Amino acid sequence: MSATPITVRRPAWRGLIGFNMLTGLALGAGGWFLGGWIGGQMAVGHDYLLGTDQNDVGIYMGYLFAVIGWLVGLGFANYPIGRLLGRPPTLRHHETTSWTRYFKLCTDHKVVGIQYFFGVGIFFFIGGLNAMLMRTELLRPVEHAWPAGQYLTLVGLHGTMMIMMTSAFILGPFGNYFVPIMIGARRMAFPRIEALTFWLVPAAGLILLSAIAFGGLPFGWTGYAPLADQGRAGIDAYVMAFILIGISLTLVGINLLVTILTMRAPGMTWSRLPIFVWGVLSTSILMALAAPVLIAVQTMVLIDRTANTSFFLASAGGSPYLYENLWWFFGHPEVYILALPGFGIVLEILPVFARKPLWGYRLAVAGMLGVTLLSFMVWQHHLFVSGMNSGLRPFYMLTTELISIPTGFIFLNALGTLWRGNIRFTVPMLFALAFFFNFLIGGLSGVFLSDVPSDVTTHGSFFVMAHFHYTIMGGLVFAFFAAAYYWLPKMLGFTFNEMLGKVHFWLMFVFFNLTFFPLFAAGFLDQPRRVSQYAPSLQGLNDFVSASAYVLGFSMLIFIANMIWSFVFVRQPAASNLWASRGLEWQLPTPVPVENFERVPVIRSGPYEYGVPGAAPVADFAPAALPATGGRT
Amino acid sequence: MTQIATERGPQHVRLVVGIWLALTAVAVPLIVLVLGPHLPPGRMTAEASSQRDANVLMTALLVPIGLLVCVAFIYSFVAFRQSGEAIVDGPPLKGHAGTQLLWIVVTGAIVVALAAWGSYTLIASSHGSGGGQGPDPIANPSGYKHALPVQVIGQQWEWTFRYPTYGSIETRDIAIPAHTLVAFHVTSLDVTHSFWAYELGVKADAVPGVDNIAYVNARRTGFFQVRCAELCGLWHGNMAKKGRVLSPQAFQAWIAAAKTKNDAVQKYLPPYNPWYFPAPLRRAG
Repeated sequence: MSATPITVRRPAWRGLIGFNMLTGLALGAGGWFLGGWIGGQMAVGHDYLLGTDQNDVGIYMGYLFAVIGWLVGLGFANYPIGRLLGRPPTLRHHETTSWTRYFKLCTDHKVVGIQYFFGVGIFFFIGGLNAMLMRTELLRPVEHAWPAGQYLTLVGLHGTMMIMMTSAFILGPFGNYFVPIMIGARRMAFPRIEALTFWLVPAAGLILLSAIAFGGLPFGWTGYAPLADQGRAGIDAYVMAFILIGISLTLVGINLLVTILTMRAPGMTWSRLPIFVWGVLSTSILMALAAPVLIAVQTMVLIDRTANTSFFLASAGGSPYLYENLWWFFGHPEVYILALPGFGIVLEILPVFARKPLWGYRLAVAGMLGVTLLSFMVWQHHLFVSGMNSGLRPFYMLTTELISIPTGFIFLNALGTLWRGNIRFTVPMLFALAFFFNFLIGGLSGVFLSDVPSDVTTHGSFFVMAHFHYTIMGGLVFAFFAAAYYWLPKMLGFTFNEMLGKVHFWLMFVFFNLTFFPLFAAGFLDQPRRVSQYAPSLQGLNDFVSASAYVLGFSMLIFIANMIWSFVFVRQPAASNLWASRGLEWQLPTPVPVENFERVPVIRSGPYEYGVPGAAPVADFAPAALPATGGRT
Repeated sequence: MTQIATERGPQHVRLVVGIWLALTAVAVPLIVLVLGPHLPPGRMTAEASSQRDANVLMTALLVPIGLLVCVAFIYSFVAFRQSGEAIVDGPPLKGHAGTQLLWIVVTGAIVVALAAWGSYTLIASSHGSGGGQGPDPIANPSGYKHALPVQVIGQQWEWTFRYPTYGSIETRDIAIPAHTLVAFHVTSLDVTHSFWAYELGVKADAVPGVDNIAYVNARRTGFFQVRCAELCGLWHGNMAKKGRVLSPQAFQAWIAAAKTKNDAVQKYLPPYNPWYFPAPLRRAG
């Protein structure tokens, strides 16, 4: 290898050409027009379509071809076509190291994790902006800031965007990045599918945003039929976006499930598996089983709107109840898809900063698996007053309340871990501890909703809204920030400014509670959800909430400011084991090498053996006896 | 150092329990006596009363549980925070079978008791608690066959009401007699709405093609707030009106007046039905 490598200097613009995001966008736009034209040809002469002022077939075909163009432009077709032409199997994309790989199809799980972090983060901020605009409307009890239709679109976009994006809020960035590392693998089980799961997310997000141009979403995030059937083309965007997200979530679930089941390093027994990985495992089970139902129900809406079926149209023999049942059969496991990764994160972080083993490890695992199992048996508690199967209400009341037992385990684990430890109040620890306070309030308020007599009062009111924001925002989003402050130094290689981190935490924690706690009272005082007009007597309460919500929104900007400050202005390289953690991921150098481990490590002891006399080091990174197989590409 | 901590273990537990008991002793009477009378939805009907009782009991039960967790957390923050800069491992406690078993048994008992009590209230003592029970209610109050039927029809974006025992007249206002068992038959002409009569403690989804029944027995006269609790399109927030609970005599006078007012349009109304064939699909924002 003595020959000098030949460097060909190409003009800068040539870098833009190739299989990347730009090509994807261009082919996606082309696909939109091609599909729209094909759909228009297909639907010519169909009276039920001509009876309305839009061609749903054309719109769906447009979206379909746009997605195909997007994926082809990103290069997803190259490998299958190459294999058909007889090229050898390869994971070529592992080899790229330039920064442009973040804008391309890349099969490195660490790149996908960072892509997820920023991609999902952008849509999360758009969803949050919608919330600010909604609170602006609610400053006054009459319609004033936005027309009613626009307000409902904001409600629908906020809810849908947040549900879509936060479903993979932790599994996307941190699951993809850290699960292979934490189990001692070199990659995910299906690297190309992993890349696909991410690149479907921006497609879904952009399609959902296109609803603004097509008449909006007048129906919240649940999209209940028959209200959705009345809607204009915005509903097509919603349906298509949810189908794409459903596919993405199903594949994320299957990929992580297979990775955890089959790719653990030697010695990574079930009882040594980090608790975060257990959280990911239970979430993956939920995703793989529940998300297909989402795809199914939205496909039924799709053919109701194009092929003139009537699954959900009461006027033609269908049933709105069918939609509600299918929706919540996905929808309730979905809320645990949001909660369980958070449980994993906080229990992962607590032992590190309490310097103690995770207290009651098996109980925590049992709690997560118990939640997983029970979450499929509770969905009709969303339908207590709907008038269907009223005889089943005691059963769903029981199952819903039973789910608080495994959830309670997590609190006992946390208390046991903190008890007599040496607690360090770092920024990730603060977020993890706030998770418990918020989730406690969210969980206890959920008991009101599970009890049918009490639910008759609170169903459909702001009480419900406050409840699930306490569990999702107070739980998941706080856990997300805990994970971000804990793991981003490993992922991006710099340390955060701690002062800004603490300001972010305190502002977010205080104003989160000031925003959502009063909404329990608003619900008790008969303010229904999703209204732009409400009782004038509640204006003071709503103004207070809006003012707090603005500060809550502002606190998110501090996080961005902190990232920019710490990354651009005072880049302080992060130590490879910044928190003195025993986690396997912290034993690797920063930045983590491309295939994580030079040789597949042999796991010697559990990740939480803090203070255990004579505990073995967590892994042997240069095992002599074992050949470097397993997890190799 | 570890030994000292071990010796002080029981003392920590006693302190946490002591603080918790003291706070609970203050909080529970406050909840029952001060907050309780303000919890929704009041005592206008037997059904609303059952919801008020549920809300008071659950607040009084759940706040102490929340307090216990909070006290234990905050106590840990104060007592077990790291002193100095050096990172020192704590005692390697990995679990305690007795504590875990106790936690499971206690939370399990609370949960099962809550579910049993909720089911008893729902089925036996308050006959559906004012919630919509669908076309075949399982929790029927005594004499339900002679209940006064009031049909509630949701449509975008207005509630109308029909009184089948009074010539099936249709009104835009709602009034019901006090001390009379009333059966609301809730249905919809277009999309799903939810009939929420706040002070009556009634909430029942209005679903096209479905007769959703909720029972209520008002104890006193007065006004109640009607709202829509399920997003139904543009003017969802505007489906609000005041209803009235009248004395039986005043109700007869009211219905007679409503009948006179209705006479001119009666011949245009469709015959009374448990539900109406929903309007054909129309697409409008």
